Amino acid sequence: MHEMALAESVVQIVAEQAAKAGAEAIKTVWIEIGELSHVEPEAMRFCFEAVAKDTRAEGATLEIIRAPGKAWCHKCADHVHVKSLVEACPKCGGYQLQVTGGDDMRVKEMEVT
Amino acid sequence: MCTTCGCGHGEVKVEGEGHSHTHGHHHHHDHGHDHDHHHHHVDAQGDLHFGHGESGTHVPGMSQSKIVQIEQDILSKNDHLAWHNRDDLSRAGVLALNLVSSPGSGKTTLLARTAQDLGERFPVAVIEGDQQTAMDADRIRETGARAIQVNTGKGCHLDADMVRRAIGQLEPEEGSVLFIENVGNLVCPAGFDLGEAAKVVILSVTEGEDKPLKYPDMFRAAKYMILNKADLLPYVPFDVDTCVEYARRINPGIKVLQLSALTGEGLEAWYSVIEAERVLAQVRLTAGE
Repeated sequence: MHEMALAESVVQIVAEQAAKAGAEAIKTVWIEIGELSHVEPEAMRFCFEAVAKDTRAEGATLEIIRAPGKAWCHKCADHVHVKSLVEACPKCGGYQLQVTGGDDMRVKEMEVT
Repeated sequence: MCTTCGCGHGEVKVEGEGHSHTHGHHHHHDHGHDHDHHHHHVDAQGDLHFGHGESGTHVPGMSQSKIVQIEQDILSKNDHLAWHNRDDLSRAGVLALNLVSSPGSGKTTLLARTAQDLGERFPVAVIEGDQQTAMDADRIRETGARAIQVNTGKGCHLDADMVRRAIGQLEPEEGSVLFIENVGNLVCPAGFDLGEAAKVVILSVTEGEDKPLKYPDMFRAAKYMILNKADLLPYVPFDVDTCVEYARRINPGIKVLQLSALTGEGLEAWYSVIEAERVLAQVRLTAGE
């Protein structure tokens, strides 16, 4: 989907932080991508590599941490784990689910030299 | 540029802008700070990894490189600009609706008809997003409504900055309704907040009732789902009940409207929704939110 625009945001964020920290190069970037977020991790990796060219992040490794998808089932009145938005509640099989976590996309930290 | 979806920047054109310029509203709320001590990385399984450093080993007090903590949402810049858009629109009592769909669902036909019919009740303004051409904005302007075209170039969605620049050009009147017609795409626009009051997803009955399951992000993000081209229902194998059931699996609270922008069937309900949302936008203004 729009991973290119998101990869550009990641590179912008880490490049700004690297400049602030007085770092020369970025070696590794850790991002957290929730299972229920709008991102395909492999597309993100591909785009990151392309966008990082000619920036401090060129050649940096992108480490993607997957955060589990969490939802509240209104029927079960309980928190459940779902891997996608189209999944039913693993306990009751219903679809009265409200996403409560795992839909975030965050830049966590980076390793610089 | 992305070969999978064509996303990209640098080719955005907003009608009426002589040249692109940066505006003064970029506030960065960065909380980054660096520290020299070693860092323990916990993966999704809860395992601890101490060997992520340059040498692949963990030596207390010895560090070849430095870890900088960032903890920032990837979309933080977009969301921040969206917040400004929402704030400005709210202060002016402008209702903004973000219309999203795949190409060919009839968004522009619905908008042209809506602008025509509602133009007498209150001012209507339109931001038209397309990769290329100003054809859609021209179509809207023919109805007497004010419209501005945003060409995204290779981009596959509108973002908050593009909309901010378009609002700056358009200057919607106080108490008006601003429709933002997003780029025809059921995937990418789902994640980008533009500062709208609500997203309205339009699905035409010629598309197939399984779209809500195939593109769940968009149907989850939308407050309303419009089933357009309802006049064709006798001729196509589209099951309305199944479609609504699928949409509610993804988004139990989604509100559904069935209409035909061509024949006018069901339009009054759509106009009532707009009137109601517009009243809410005014209430916010009165409450000083």
